[in-house]
Parts: sequence; C-alpha cells; structure tokens
Amino acid sequence: MRTLRFLLQKEFRQILRSKSLLFSIILGPIIQLTLLPLAANFEVKKIAVAVVDHDHSTYSRKLIDKIYASKYFSNGRYRESYKEGAKLVEQNNADIVLEIPHNFEVNMVRDGHEELFIAVNAINGTKAGVGSGYLGAIIADFNQNIRLQWDQPGHFAEAASIDLVNENWYNPFMNYFLYMVPGLMVSLLTGIGAFSASLNIVKEKEIGTIEQINVTPVKKYDFILAKLIPYWVLSMFVFTIGMIISRVAYNIVPVGNISLLYGFLSVYLLTLLGAGLLISTYSDTQQQAVSLAFFFVLVFNMISGVFTPIDSMPGWGQVLSYISPMSHFAAVMRMVVLKGSTFHDILPHFVAIIILAVIFNTWAILNYRKTT
Amino acid sequence: MDNIAIKADKLTKRFGDFVAVDAITFDVKQGEIFGFVGANGAGKTTAMRILCGLSVPTSGTATVAGFDVYKQAEEIKKNIGYMSQKFSLYEDLTVMENITFYAGIYGLSDKEIKDRGAELLDRLGITAEAKTFVGSLPLGWKQKLAFSVAVIHRPKIVFLDEPTGGVDPVTRRQFWDLIYEASDRGITAFVTTHYMDEAEYCGRVSVMVDGRIDAFDTPANLKKQFSVNSMNEVFYQLARGAKRKAD
Repeated sequence: MRTLRFLLQKEFRQILRSKSLLFSIILGPIIQLTLLPLAANFEVKKIAVAVVDHDHSTYSRKLIDKIYASKYFSNGRYRESYKEGAKLVEQNNADIVLEIPHNFEVNMVRDGHEELFIAVNAINGTKAGVGSGYLGAIIADFNQNIRLQWDQPGHFAEAASIDLVNENWYNPFMNYFLYMVPGLMVSLLTGIGAFSASLNIVKEKEIGTIEQINVTPVKKYDFILAKLIPYWVLSMFVFTIGMIISRVAYNIVPVGNISLLYGFLSVYLLTLLGAGLLISTYSDTQQQAVSLAFFFVLVFNMISGVFTPIDSMPGWGQVLSYISPMSHFAAVMRMVVLKGSTFHDILPHFVAIIILAVIFNTWAILNYRKTT
Repeated sequence: MDNIAIKADKLTKRFGDFVAVDAITFDVKQGEIFGFVGANGAGKTTAMRILCGLSVPTSGTATVAGFDVYKQAEEIKKNIGYMSQKFSLYEDLTVMENITFYAGIYGLSDKEIKDRGAELLDRLGITAEAKTFVGSLPLGWKQKLAFSVAVIHRPKIVFLDEPTGGVDPVTRRQFWDLIYEASDRGITAFVTTHYMDEAEYCGRVSVMVDGRIDAFDTPANLKKQFSVNSMNEVFYQLARGAKRKAD
C-alpha cells in the first residue's frame, strides 16, 4: 500500500503538471461537448429547392408557397428551364429541382391527374433521401387538399383512408440532443481513456525510466494500478462535467438513476484503461501506441451504435459490437438517460463489461514483464 | 560467503545463435569497487542486466547479495541500487520529489526520507535546488543526483552502467569521490566504463571481449601482466583481438 501511495503521488504530479495532457483530457471534452452536438446533427434542414414553374398558375403558386412554408426548405431560386435548374445542382447551389409542367392546373382540374418531376442530388445520401421524402409528403398533402375541394357529395372519394399517427417513445419531441449528447459523451470518454492509458507506460519505456522501476522491488500490480487510478479518477471527473454541461446547455435530465451511470462507468473505465495498458505493453514507442489506440478507438466508435443502429449491422458487425466495450456503455447511457432503465435492465451489459474488464487487465498485467 | 557480494560461475546468455555473455566466472567482494570494462557490444550491459534481475540467464549460476538470479530476482532488487546510462530520474519532477519517490518505493519511512533527503542535498550542495525540476539541472548535477538517489536506500551493491558518459573531467572526478564514499560505507560498486583512467580507480577490473572475460585482476597486476604503463594499453591489447563488431 505504501508503495502504491508513492507511485500514485508521482503519477498525479506528472499528470497535473502536463498542460497539454490536461487540455486534451479535460478542457478538450468540455469544448467538444458544448460545440459538437450543434454540428454533428442528423436533422436535415435548409434543403435548397430550385423551382422550374412552367405553369405560373394559382395551383402551382400554392404548391410552391406550401413548400417554402416548411422549415426544412430554404428559399429556393426560380429558374425558367430544367436545364438552368440542373445547373444550380451542379454548382451545389440546389439540392432538389422541382419541375411543374405546363398546364399543371388545367390538367389537374380537367383530368384529376398530373405529374410533377423531382430531381435530387444524391451525393449527400442522407440529405437527398430525407429531402425528397419531405417534399413528397408536402406534395401528397397538397394533393389531398385538392381532392377534398373537388370531391362532390355522393361522389366516391379515392382519398387515402388510412391515417398513420406516430408517437415517439422515450423522446416524444424527437429532441436530437437527447439522443446525441449522451452518445457523444460515451465517445469522448472512450477516446480519452484509451489514449491516455496507452501512452502512459510507453512514455516511461521511451525515456528509459521504466528500467529504473524494473530494478526496484515495485510489484507489477502496484505499478499498473498506479497507472490506472489517476485516469480513472480524471475520467469520472470529466463525466461529471459532461453531465453538468448536458443539463445546463441541453436541458437533459436523466430519467433513470444517475448512480447507475456512475456505477457502470466505473467498471467501463477499468475495461477501457485495461485495453489502453494492453496496447501500452505491446508498444515500444508512443507513436506505435497512438497508432494502435487510434485504430481501436475508431473501430469502437463505428460499431458502438452511437452513430448508426447496431440492429442494422451485418451479423459479424453485431458480434464485434458485442465484444467492444464502448457499445455496452453507449447502450446503458441511452437506456438510463432516455428510458429510465433500472439495474435489472442493464444487468446483461454489466456482466459483459465485467468480463471484458477482467480479460483486458489480466492480459495487460501478464504481458507487462519486469524481466526478459 | 559473507564477504562475497556477487558471484558468477559460467554465466551465459544466448539470444538465438548469438552468445551475448559467454560463460563468465568472477566474484566481487563486499565493499569493493569493481570495474567492468569492454568495448561496445562486448556483453557488459547484458551481464549487468542479468545480475540486476532484469534478464534471465540461459545457463550458469550467479548469486547477488547471496540471492539466486534465477529464483530470487525480487529479493535481489531489494538489496541493490542501479543507475543506467539512460538518465533515470523524472525530469518533470523536482529534485526532492524524485528523492521522495525512489526512497518511498524502496520502503523508507517518512522520517528516513526527510533525513536522508536533506543529507543528500547537503552532500551535493544543492539544498537550494530542492524544488528545481530535474530537467533543468546541468548534466553533471543530474548524474551525481542519480547516483545518490540510487544508493539512498543503502543497498548492499550498486550497479553503475557507464555512469559518467558525456560528463566533464572535473565532474567525473567528483562523481568518483561519491563512489569512494559509498564504498567506505560498505556499499559494493559494480561499474562499467569506457574511460580507462576510471578503470585505474577500481579495486579490480575485468575486461570483456566478445562475451568472455579475457582478463581479471587489479589494475596494477594487469599492467604488469601485459607489461604496459596504463590501463589504456591493456585494453587496446585485449580489444584488438575482438571479432565482434561494435554496435
């Protein structure tokens, strides 16, 4: 215990003295958490529609007004021909071209049928898909109103009779931040933990001080614990700051018990720091450690479910996701913050993360050798 | 056995086909200053790493402070001090913080740390620099500090791996004064060096060539044996026969 005290004292002194380290593990996440949710947003807004109106009728005007009245579409530009509209797309000044044919109103009234043409720039797939979806919905709605106006009493209405009503559970107003901020916090904590832990032992290898430690009677587990504990404490601190930011800046109040989150995080960090130490024991230079940590953190992020749903991954992706610690933390964060899940609900994730913690740390301790 | 600090018998270390240390046999007496001389790549550092418990020998036997290098490496570590050619203090800690840290992990009490720390600073004349970061000290000071820290727990043996590399002659002289003082307190010093004038300061010297110990005696006897006037010439005569390339 006494040895551990001196080792910890040294680690904390070194960490608290390193300005760049403190910036990247404390100030960095604060800035990221305040700014990133505003930028990393899947909501599609400001879709630019170029309108080519060949009809210039009351109906066509009504349709256009209806489109621009929606908050999703930014005020578009009017063009005289499709060719000119397409040019706007080429110049990246429009996402969608809507062409209203000549005699749109006349044909609608006379035949009860007319076709509109929509061309979508699909380079940004999300924007294209969502944008054309919105536009389609607006046009369908417009169509519905026309029918209601023209249907005569006694005349059989062909209008759709099934009306879908959506209700969004756990996030009734589809508040984007509620979904994304907990996810980003998971991502940030994972990055900090993996990088700082993997760099730490390697740094001592690189400057040669590890030789000196290896000739002392310091026990392996004391040395590794002394490397783990400071980052564990710091990560808990960063998490607390993150919770405060999400409360103050995004008004996110976890539905579930916060102590559950802390409980889970405390084990999650052991797993993560263990993985970092493991990388550390396999690397000889800080460069190697960073490359390895970067690789794993990137993979962890991609398959974590923070950015894309795990259910839509192929089978191997789901398996990978299951053995990656980050996906368990991401799931638990959202379960507790959004759904108010209880300990019983998150138990399977708890078990998984404990198993991973034991594996990574045992492996790291075994692989850190004092002798060759 | 009582007055033997280190004993090696046919100690060998192989890395694949390469025999880094080739059946070396020697003994070091308690309190002796023992010079371990050889060209780069002769196997000095490997031999020293085995004796410090950092490396396991392939064959042969060795005891350090009475403990077996195969089975009692952790016991050995409690009884030795070590200073490597790579600077081993933490540059982002102050002088006193380094002293506290190393004294602490060797199990000294708070009072011992305080007393011996003050004594050490006083001896080196750097009491005013106690709160200076080690990184900003001149190299000579760093080396003297590193040595003093390596013996703060009063080990039986201190291993010094080219401790005076890159240090000016005056500081080297002062450094050797520190080694003599430690030796007077009964601490055995096992020193590797490239400087043959330093070899003259040693009680006995062993010269390693290609992993073997080709000569082993007091400096005076070695000079007599090779009929030369200085250790430098002893070394030249022996090293000339080396087949291994220096690294």
